[in-house]
Amino acid sequence: MHEFVTNLSVYREAIRQTFYIVIVSVVAGGVLGLFLGLVLYATRPGNLLAGRAVFLTVNVLVNVVRPVPFVIFLTAIQPLMLHTIGTTIGTNAVTLALSLSAAFAISRIVEQNLLTVDPGVVEAARAAGARPVGILLTVLVPEALGPLILGYTFVFVAVVDMSAQAGLFGGGGLGDFAITYGSQRYNWPVVYITVATIIVIVQAGQFLGNWLARRALRR
Amino acid sequence: MPADSQPTSAPEGAHVRFEHVGKTFPGKGRRAAPHVALDDVTLEIRRGEVFGVIGHSGAGKSTLVRLVNGLETPTTGRVHVGPHELTALSESGRREVRRDIGMIFQQFNLFRSRTVAGNVAYPLKVAGVRRPERDRRVARLLDFVGLLDRAHDHPERLSGGQKQRVGIARALATEPSLLLADEATSALDPETTGEVLALLRQVNRDLGVTVVIITHELDVIRSVADRVAVLDSGRVAETGSVYEVFARPQTPAAARFVATALRDRPTAQTLARLRARHPGRLITVRVRDQAGFQTKLARTFLDHQVAADIVFGGISELQERPVGSLTFELTGPDGSVDAALEALWADGVDLVEEEA
Repeated sequence: MHEFVTNLSVYREAIRQTFYIVIVSVVAGGVLGLFLGLVLYATRPGNLLAGRAVFLTVNVLVNVVRPVPFVIFLTAIQPLMLHTIGTTIGTNAVTLALSLSAAFAISRIVEQNLLTVDPGVVEAARAAGARPVGILLTVLVPEALGPLILGYTFVFVAVVDMSAQAGLFGGGGLGDFAITYGSQRYNWPVVYITVATIIVIVQAGQFLGNWLARRALRR
Repeated sequence: MPADSQPTSAPEGAHVRFEHVGKTFPGKGRRAAPHVALDDVTLEIRRGEVFGVIGHSGAGKSTLVRLVNGLETPTTGRVHVGPHELTALSESGRREVRRDIGMIFQQFNLFRSRTVAGNVAYPLKVAGVRRPERDRRVARLLDFVGLLDRAHDHPERLSGGQKQRVGIARALATEPSLLLADEATSALDPETTGEVLALLRQVNRDLGVTVVIITHELDVIRSVADRVAVLDSGRVAETGSVYEVFARPQTPAAARFVATALRDRPTAQTLARLRARHPGRLITVRVRDQAGFQTKLARTFLDHQVAADIVFGGISELQERPVGSLTFELTGPDGSVDAALEALWADGVDLVEEEA
């Protein structure tokens, strides 16, 4: 146990890195995913901005990226990492990969939840003279907000999970810490403490998501 | 809303005009046949009237009303609303026209994410009306529909009738000159239906708004509409004042509607029962809005020594005029019944003999 105490500052730094990776990925991936999801919903045949070419392109793109396991995705986009941030290792490289991966997952969640919104309210907004983009942002997103928050929470948990996997690639954060200071040195308390920390982060995120969704749904 | 919201610039006469409008939807699925929703529809809705469109489900009513505010575009023909030819405008042009047209729906279509006040404010936000003015108008509209005290509630806490009143307030937010009601009372119970129809009447009378009511319920047309179009399989079977169409339907489609709604002609089953009890000849006479009409009938029968027994029928009121029909059993000496019928026909009485 005293060995863990000597690593305390490294542990703190790992937590800080995990928060950095997860928050940046969820926010950046969340915004990009929202955009892609809105495009998928709006360009679907018969919808507000129906456009076959755009719908098919985005749909196929999402379908191609989504089934790729994250560790493989991480290596597959190394050329993009080199091009944009100049390196394929480290926290920023991992964050870029996670943001993109999260964006594609979120795009489907957004699309699915918007599809459950009653088309009648879209018609009411159109009848009021609203523009398609206005309807997307001021009617559809607010109407689907509760399920959207739950969907984003789901992705948050997945991102925490993937950020730990990224530790294998020197991405920093708690996963990296558990491997380097824990399992590779047979220091099991470090592994268990790291696991417990991740559980606490996930629980806290889930709790916050549930609470926000309940408020949005007024239940 | 103040009187100055009434349309003043637009000319009297036609508010909405359909010229040979057709709408065909592509069939769903690769081989499905296209669906003809409307076929060569020509009609005119006058400024300031309550115009009813009646038809069975699938007759094309909803398509028709969506052509008025450009939510759908016709396949053929032209649609005019006020000074605009909708069919010649781009989508952004149609959006502008839509802001002068309110719409209410069968399922209300309120925004669940917004409060009652937020729902009413939405079209004003879309139209770019700023905060203090928007709040003032929302309060005035909610007061008009009697829901000022529910401004901060969410729609799920309201009853069906209250939801529709919010729908009406939202539809009137931008002070439109035209209000479209798509089966607006079909999800409501009879009492609430009456309240909502009374409110639509008030919108028409007090605010001078032209109202178009789409419904499959003849009672709705009967209680609020001035004129009516009967829609049958995508075609206008008949257009006219509600009284004309009800009292003297000219087409089989209109007659069927009137018959099912007024239940004035005996049905086949009723007729069979009547016949079992009444051996004489059965005739059904359509009641006329004419002083001494029934005295005239009675005198004719008496003159021909025909005994006339009322065995079925009813008279009700429509636009403050009597409407209905009476079924008589006629018995008398040989030839006298025929003579009496001849005399009534000669007099222009609208009657049919129920076939044996």
